[in-house]
Amino acid sequence: MVEPISSGLQLTADGKLKHLLTIEGLPAQVVLQILDTARSFVSVTEQEVKKVPLLRGKAIFNLFFEPSTRTRTTFEIAAKRLSADVVNLNIATSSQTKGETLLDTVANLTAMNADMFVVRHSQSGAAHLIARHVGPNIHVVNAGDGRHAHPTQALLDAFTIRHYKGSFDDLRVAIVGDVLHSRVARSEIHALNVLGAKEVRVIGPRTLLPRHVRDLGVSVFYDVRSGLEGVDVIIMLRLQSERMGGPLLPSAGEYFKYYGLTPDKLTLARPDAIVMHPGPMNRGVEIDSTVADGGQSVILPQVTFGIAVRMAVMGILAGN
Amino acid sequence: MRTLPDAERLLSDLAEQIQSDPRPGTALVGIYTGGVWVAERLQQVLALPGPIGTIDVAFWRDDYKKTGMRPGVKPSDIRFDVEGSDIILIDDVLYTGRTIRAAMNEIFDYGRPSSIRLAALVDRGGRELPICPQYVGAQLRVEPHQTIVLRRDSTGALSLVLESADG
Repeated sequence: MVEPISSGLQLTADGKLKHLLTIEGLPAQVVLQILDTARSFVSVTEQEVKKVPLLRGKAIFNLFFEPSTRTRTTFEIAAKRLSADVVNLNIATSSQTKGETLLDTVANLTAMNADMFVVRHSQSGAAHLIARHVGPNIHVVNAGDGRHAHPTQALLDAFTIRHYKGSFDDLRVAIVGDVLHSRVARSEIHALNVLGAKEVRVIGPRTLLPRHVRDLGVSVFYDVRSGLEGVDVIIMLRLQSERMGGPLLPSAGEYFKYYGLTPDKLTLARPDAIVMHPGPMNRGVEIDSTVADGGQSVILPQVTFGIAVRMAVMGILAGN
Repeated sequence: MRTLPDAERLLSDLAEQIQSDPRPGTALVGIYTGGVWVAERLQQVLALPGPIGTIDVAFWRDDYKKTGMRPGVKPSDIRFDVEGSDIILIDDVLYTGRTIRAAMNEIFDYGRPSSIRLAALVDRGGRELPICPQYVGAQLRVEPHQTIVLRRDSTGALSLVLESADG
């Protein structure tokens, strides 16, 4: 896919969110509106009936061209709690394998009166391509495209940080691990910068940090110990198994030794620092089980908040 | 500009009406924003136990298709057990009744109350749904383009203001 990835596509002429494709270029007020709205949806999940009638009669298609359990499930729950009708399509096993193009698939689903597409694809720019070609009343949410962006994960991480830390002004946030291949890291950096975090650090081996990562507005650390010094938030990234033992990394054991978050390394951060992970975790590779299950871990609350944040995104989009 | 009645006096009237019709185990639920202010004050005057419930009906409104998601939605917060409770729903200005319909729908998502009564500081008429308040501070007729707004100053005192859509 050689389509240029621009963020202008996602806002209407009067600055309202029409699609959510990337955090890059989103005004702070749009990001804050999503976070504020999500807070109200958290209270919906505490009700006896965990549902609101907002999207009643709307059809939302989850188009997953790449496997995902957590993201697809939380999008599905979020859509159902908004009273939408949800259809899950795992296209790796569907007509795409019979040769249908991405846009033909979307055209067919549009003919079935889809109102919103939630798209996960291994190619960067796939959600943008769809957004460019759908009708005026159809909304597209990027649920992860290649190495490019995973905006709802970044928003739920921002929501989690705000929940535990209140404001971003004085926060030092460390993102640790395979930043090079991580769409989550890229979206998080944009979100934390637009929300005004004091410092965003990326920590990882030289081979797993993008060459021009400083241009994204972060400080770079190759040494995890100095990088974790005094931080308020630690976001551990998943080390994808296909990278292990490849040309960029010696072995999973070696990686854990240098970059895995252990109780010992955690003491370098502030005592009230929180530990986050977008999942799925590799215990004993990027994070020690004692830390993952420990008192500073907010990894499971992240999942819960992810539903409220995705409800907010879909609720705002469908109304614009 | 015409003078509107004193909101503080209407509040006392409303409290008296509710007091003269006592039911044990009554709980107040205020609708954001003005209704919450009124509910907080009534809670003090009536010396009811526990926190009041608060509701933002944004997710239950019937005009979402026209207006989209309103910014500044507040979290609804009902801490008491709604199942079997006697609720007084409180709003500042009662108009079409659509907000009340949405609020009742939301309350039922928390549980099945024994009863719901409705109290409003001001009833401006113009109902579009079969909804009727049990307790009203004042009935006021104003022009359709005008809005009655409840304000709260830094001391917590309430007042009513008339605003016109044409400025």
